[in-house]
Amino acid sequence: METMIDSMELVYSKPSTLTDTVMHYCPGCGHGVVHKILMEVIEELGIVEDTIGVAPVGCSVFAYMYMNIDMQEAAHGRASAVATGIRRVLPDKYVFSYQGDGDLAAIGTAETIHTVNRGENILIVFINNGIYGMTGGQMAPTTLAGMKTSTSPYGRDCATMGTPIKMTELIANLPGAYYVTRQSVHTAAAVRKLKKAITFSLKAQKQKKGTCFIEVVSNCPSGWKMTPLEANEWMEKNMFPYFPPGDIKVPQELK
Amino acid sequence: MAIQHDETPKLMKGNEALAEAAIRAGLQAYFGYPITPQSEILEYLSEHVPKRSKAVILQAESEVASINMIYGAGGAGARVMTSSSSPGISLMQEGISYIAAAEIPCLIVNVQRGGPGLGTIQPSQGDYFQATKGGGHGDYHIIVLAPNSVQEMADFVFEGFRLAEEYRMPAMILADGAIGQMMEKVYLPKEGSLPHSVPTWATTGKPKFRERNIITTLHLEPDKMEMINLHLQDKYRKLRAEERYELFNVKDADILLVAFGLTARICTKAMDIAIEKGLRVGVVRPITLYPFPYDIIASLATPNRVFLTVEMNAGQMVEDVRLAVNGKSPVYFRGRMGGMIPTPEDILLEIEALAEKHHLVHQVDNSTGRQLVEKWGE
Repeated sequence: METMIDSMELVYSKPSTLTDTVMHYCPGCGHGVVHKILMEVIEELGIVEDTIGVAPVGCSVFAYMYMNIDMQEAAHGRASAVATGIRRVLPDKYVFSYQGDGDLAAIGTAETIHTVNRGENILIVFINNGIYGMTGGQMAPTTLAGMKTSTSPYGRDCATMGTPIKMTELIANLPGAYYVTRQSVHTAAAVRKLKKAITFSLKAQKQKKGTCFIEVVSNCPSGWKMTPLEANEWMEKNMFPYFPPGDIKVPQELK
Repeated sequence: MAIQHDETPKLMKGNEALAEAAIRAGLQAYFGYPITPQSEILEYLSEHVPKRSKAVILQAESEVASINMIYGAGGAGARVMTSSSSPGISLMQEGISYIAAAEIPCLIVNVQRGGPGLGTIQPSQGDYFQATKGGGHGDYHIIVLAPNSVQEMADFVFEGFRLAEEYRMPAMILADGAIGQMMEKVYLPKEGSLPHSVPTWATTGKPKFRERNIITTLHLEPDKMEMINLHLQDKYRKLRAEERYELFNVKDADILLVAFGLTARICTKAMDIAIEKGLRVGVVRPITLYPFPYDIIASLATPNRVFLTVEMNAGQMVEDVRLAVNGKSPVYFRGRMGGMIPTPEDILLEIEALAEKHHLVHQVDNSTGRQLVEKWGE
């Protein structure tokens, strides 16, 4: 086996910025892909020694077990405040927070908006799958109208439960936001686009241009009670019309 | 630790002396939110730091954000401080629990006001329980220092940073609106006498030569979570070596007043008047409210002695006094609440009533007056 591998040309490997720990994510979940792309970019940019990540509370609470870099695990919703604290005392380092929709758009709304409003030089990665995955499939701030969850068993009634919040559009209105985009990871082409967005965002951090905000519209096969394929199809059909992928605020140099 | 002081004193507000001391102690980052009666701390730092140091001074969107910025910046190895007053400190409790669990050193200042609820902006000691018993969720404690003068507002910044960094835990200066607002003579601590280096556990970016540093408070395995709890409890036991208190005239006292912060100051005045009147009265002033100086109080408890605890609350520290006394002496309580401050005369009336009740009226030689038996750092 070893000989066979020796004689072959290595064309792809896992980035050294990912640990060997087996991820706990469900089959088909987008988290693993986003983790990998983020870590791949950090390795490619050669900024491993200068990057500090902040994990949220939610499905990606254990992000620090998979990302082989210095990391802090924040309280629920506070990742961008924690990232602010880190970036302010280490102004020449790269700092990112990685947060889900419940963390960023419900309990952490104030921290998110004010972090971006101050134009903190960090990257915020926002995973939006419209559900609380970790706690077992409850309604999220981004749960679609009519969507059934364990706490909206008859479907989300916007009259009493509010409408799904378009956090990324809100963020784009703030002058502190430098680059705001919505991406996905359900196809190879989408993954390549996300990688480009992450690369641009981290490079921008060096120039201290303000906050870069990347929403990744993702899935939750377990929470949505679908197979991974069904989940991706459902996401395209139902999530994308309401959360359309694409750039929302693009700096001049990227145009 | 011997703090070096300026040779000439200044006349300063407690809050401003504290802020100035923080700059001199090498503060690297402050995150806070305005609230009366402590906004002068944020204001002073906002005015003076840009002219004198590279420290980060950031007015956050809330106390919730402030304490989590402290978590991030402290976790990145910086010397960090936040300040607030009672309602704001309540908002920080979640973050303080995380910081205690993650073992991040930081200094938290609580210039207490009367509560509960929005309460009043007048001074109070109503947050004793919250400060000394943990405050947030889970089994944890923070170091609590109770200043009773503008001088101590300045000195305890140095002491607070030192203790927090040595024991890797939050330290709190538990002051009150009166100490924060009053102006007094202060010999400011000299700059540069408190060394600081970035700790090895800090998340500053992972170099090739070491494993990644992770700051987390999540340990799903119960056996590991218990190990972490045992470690914290062990640290709190070691912290008892840092117990601090002042004792006045305790040796022959029939009545021992126990009070902290502002009320300790008022109690020593009441003691002076009582001594002049021929009563044998002493004062025990806990300075570290956590670790609480149980042993010294226990050693002073005898059947022929009466304890009177005086606080600006409904009776909080008195529970610790009773634990220490353990039934060996009667323990009484006198408190004012909601921003009211007891006067020396109020306390004297209590002393005289207790003296009569317990037949403690002695003819004593009062020519020596107030005698400080023991003082921290001397």
